[in-house]
Amino acid sequence: MMDLTVDFKGVSKRYAHFNLDNINLELPTGSIMGFIGANGAGKSTTIRILMGLVHQDAGTVKVLGHAMPAEQAAAKMDIGFVSEDMRLYAAATLHWHMNFVSSMFPKWDQAYADKLIRRFDLKPQQKIKGLSHGQRVKAALLLALARKPRLLVLDEPTTGLDPVARREVLGELMAVLADEDRTILFSSHNTQDVEQISDQITFIDRGKIIDSDNKEAFLDQWRRLRLVLPQNSEVPRLPGVIDVGGSGRLPVLTTNRFDPGMLTVCQDLGATVQAVDSMTLEEIFVSSVQHRRETVAV
Amino acid sequence: MHSDLVISQTDGRPMYLQIMEQIKLRVSVGEWAAGQEIPSIRQLAVSLRVSVITVKRAYLELEREGVIITQHGKGSIVAPDAGLGPRLHEEELTEHLERAARLGEVLGLSKEELAFRLEEASGRMVDDRQPKEME
Repeated sequence: MMDLTVDFKGVSKRYAHFNLDNINLELPTGSIMGFIGANGAGKSTTIRILMGLVHQDAGTVKVLGHAMPAEQAAAKMDIGFVSEDMRLYAAATLHWHMNFVSSMFPKWDQAYADKLIRRFDLKPQQKIKGLSHGQRVKAALLLALARKPRLLVLDEPTTGLDPVARREVLGELMAVLADEDRTILFSSHNTQDVEQISDQITFIDRGKIIDSDNKEAFLDQWRRLRLVLPQNSEVPRLPGVIDVGGSGRLPVLTTNRFDPGMLTVCQDLGATVQAVDSMTLEEIFVSSVQHRRETVAV
Repeated sequence: MHSDLVISQTDGRPMYLQIMEQIKLRVSVGEWAAGQEIPSIRQLAVSLRVSVITVKRAYLELEREGVIITQHGKGSIVAPDAGLGPRLHEEELTEHLERAARLGEVLGLSKEELAFRLEEASGRMVDDRQPKEME
């Protein structure tokens, strides 16, 4: 039994105007990782290295036990990859693509493919060039899912989908996870999708991983405290505070190391804790990125 | 398996708490009977379209509270403890009272004023019921 489906150790890649710097990434088998970053943060470069499409300058990458890029041919038999810039043959039909893919991958599941055609509301006889953006994404997903790969790597799978299609796609991704030997890595800037279905979450910004943890830990450790201070007193010093907003006697503290003992500390200092807000993943991501950029910028 | 649980995106509370609350409700009204097998963590995650780790956490907390029992390799069952319904209501009451006490503090109410407000509230409930009983 292999514990990690994806394992990056100290991976770097230098370009003229962009560096991917010392990336460490561990994705346990049987889980979903959401990979979140702004445009140009390094998500796609990381995914290309994972797929062996780009060779790292330093560090080791293991995918499904195979060293990348050296053993990419063996690894790719068991990886399904869907990206936005994926090119299907415009003049061919979805049906033709299904035949083509099934001839190359012995694990192709035709019954599952037929089910996905109905779920995703696709027409096999339609040519790719006549499909909308959303239909193309769903067609590419179908071709990857029906191969039953052990690892699915999806670059922005829900971007440009309408709400109904998005729901179907998220549902199918979760259905994959019903099998504990299968694993998904997906990048997105839709934090709501990531928050809903991910087990592991990784934030990337400017070529560096700024945080990576399981989702429950993320949501548990970040809190916004709204305080009412007595006159002429200072804001209490609490662990993990990365931002102090609000005004004079009504400060709003954002911490990434919340524990309930903090509330007692505040009260002992004479402050009233007016509210303890949990934060959405989007708020957490934005706070992390801003904090990191402020502390790194000179 | 269809679970009938509904997770709200606009409910401010974490998803694992929502899952816990709905399972407790099902147990307290007897819809999920004592000793009955409940969906596995992965099954529930798939049907709710919610991450496995979130459902796992809800199950762990429910187990800690004695609501369910998870047997290794066998899935989970509702704890065969008959007094569960009243106990869950008891916990809910404690939680609401603590919240009321905290709000009282924010509003600067004295203990006596707070107690009086509670008395008033239960008085209103009795008043609401009176006409129906007389009909």
